[in-house]
Amino acid sequence: MASVPDSDVRGRPAAGEMNGAVLTVRDLSVEYAMERGTVRAVDGVSFDLDPGEFIGIVGESGCGKSTLLFAVAQLLVPPASITDGSVVFKGRNMVGLTDKQMATIRWKDLSVVMQSAMNALNPVKTIAAQFSDAMRAHGVTAKAQVAERSQEVLRMVGIDPVHLKSYPHQLSGGMRQRSMIAMAMLLTPDLVIMDEPTSALDVVAQRSLMVQIKELQEQLGFAVIFVTHDMSLVSHFSDRLMVMYAGRVAEYGPTRQVFDHPLHPYSIGLMEAFPSIRGPRTHLTGIPGSPPNLASPPPGCRFAPRCPKVMTRCREESPELYPVDGTLVRCFLHADGEARDE
Amino acid sequence: MSDPAARTQDRADPAGSGSMLRTEGLTKHFRIGSMFSRHMLHAVDGVSLEVGERQIVALAGESGSGKSTVARLLAKLYKPTGGEIYFQGHPLSALRSRQDVLRYRGEVPMVFQDPFASINPVFRVSHGVLRCLKLHRGELSAAERHEEAERVFEAVGLTPAAEVLQRFPHELSGGQRQRVGFAQALALRPKLILADEPVSMLDVSIRIGLLNLMAQLRDEQGVSILYITHDIASARYVADRLIIMYAGRVAEQGPTEEVLAHPKHPYTQLLLSAVPDPRAPLNVGAETDRGEPPRVIDPAPGCRFRWRCPLAIDECHQVTPELTELGPEHEAACHVARSGAEVRAFG
Repeated sequence: MASVPDSDVRGRPAAGEMNGAVLTVRDLSVEYAMERGTVRAVDGVSFDLDPGEFIGIVGESGCGKSTLLFAVAQLLVPPASITDGSVVFKGRNMVGLTDKQMATIRWKDLSVVMQSAMNALNPVKTIAAQFSDAMRAHGVTAKAQVAERSQEVLRMVGIDPVHLKSYPHQLSGGMRQRSMIAMAMLLTPDLVIMDEPTSALDVVAQRSLMVQIKELQEQLGFAVIFVTHDMSLVSHFSDRLMVMYAGRVAEYGPTRQVFDHPLHPYSIGLMEAFPSIRGPRTHLTGIPGSPPNLASPPPGCRFAPRCPKVMTRCREESPELYPVDGTLVRCFLHADGEARDE
Repeated sequence: MSDPAARTQDRADPAGSGSMLRTEGLTKHFRIGSMFSRHMLHAVDGVSLEVGERQIVALAGESGSGKSTVARLLAKLYKPTGGEIYFQGHPLSALRSRQDVLRYRGEVPMVFQDPFASINPVFRVSHGVLRCLKLHRGELSAAERHEEAERVFEAVGLTPAAEVLQRFPHELSGGQRQRVGFAQALALRPKLILADEPVSMLDVSIRIGLLNLMAQLRDEQGVSILYITHDIASARYVADRLIIMYAGRVAEQGPTEEVLAHPKHPYTQLLLSAVPDPRAPLNVGAETDRGEPPRVIDPAPGCRFRWRCPLAIDECHQVTPELTELGPEHEAACHVARSGAEVRAFG
């Protein structure tokens, strides 16, 4: 985005690639209005997404990752609302658009695949009927065209087109998720937002679906925002990885780099939280404690109460995102990275 | 508190082989469709497994493999179509009186998958555990019940116990709620806990804590645990033995490390190859396998994995493979593996 100054490195480790981003999120904040005041669930998150790029967003429940995703898709409902920042999609700020204006963008340019396909599909309509609804709403009305495209997208996700006549309950969990993804592809969007689409599936089905999403993405060139609590899932698929903690970005950088050299103590903890199937069997501890209550976040670094490397400073001041070798990390341990770079 | 050792003695296991629970040809079929339908879903077919004392046994498999049905059969929530369950050497079908069944349920409690649905939201968390104590351990006075509730809450790491007991479920995180589930089970002084996917709904960062808790319960309280899961990596982390189920049958079983180091059944290999591991390069090759559920409605004889198996031979289509010992305590039900051929189907 031309309007974004080059010096703003906060959302973007690799400066200079700013032009041509399909999505630019700047200082996005979301607040829930509660009885006892507001809860800031997403706090000043910035990132860019290039066409065809795959970004993974990970963190524990309650870290704000799903809220962020809903905010990007303009799907927040009261008491949640965007209080600050912008979401510029294909040159247009979507924050503040009316539902009617958003309706022209949804499905066509931007589609969302929700966590539970069982609940996202209409149980009393066939797959074909639901596909044609989405297409007709965007002006594709010719029956032959609708049928042809419906068959095409189902084939893309590896489902026999005979299942167009099926109702959701007649499909397996994996097939329902696949048909949701097929539905998202109907109008060849530029951006597909996915909220844990594989969490209800078995490992075998999960891996197969991930490989397929990646193949479709490479073939059709859409960008993906993929939210999950399972870091290992996106390790081989996402280009960049954002680790969120308590509503803020804790670490953000190229996926491989974050996996091989995690900088933030939280990322390191997450990485060591899941047992490996190979290698030696070691005792793991996970991350003790739980994320802070966002109604009254701790002063200073929000991870400080759980951090094994906490310093006095962490409890008093709030760390910024410091750039270290193309990765951004919100931790005082790496504050000198900034000085070195400049 | 009465002496738990004395209680065990009067129900001594005649087989006495250190086996806590054993099943023989356990079978459960469900009728599909109307009452008169002749279509049967073979959820569990001839499963023989064993859980030893102070042992965590992982029962792993995909959805629809019958692992939860096995758990429910063991919990006496379902009546088996065939086969028998022996608990400490005694057949369960011989349990007649309500008291016997109640005692069995106390000794073999279940921890459920969904910590958000398995605790009554309108009562404080003390309610469930106190009710368990009242129902199963009538000898305790009200004060003793409170003491015991605090003890089990502390044992599962819910501290300060007195304070946590007074909270409502919504005030607890998912991990804490699941610990409440284990505390309730522990209050019954169980011999064997049936844990049906106890960590699958929890965050990755919380899971390890629960897995460590299970190991701790085994080591410190001496309970056995049947850990039902689809996550092989977590099974490896806690389990002494691993049983892989596919389509209602045991595909492979043995000591965890032995099975994982030398998987004999093609399905075990497929499962292992699909586990995401950021530390290893992406394993490509088996992604043509869509992970579609097996056909278990009126299955014909033959290996149930044959439709997905790249190594299937004629025999697999005609004869149902039985478990055969292929390594130390290591059994697999595969014709190809039994023939001595090197099985390298996936990964």
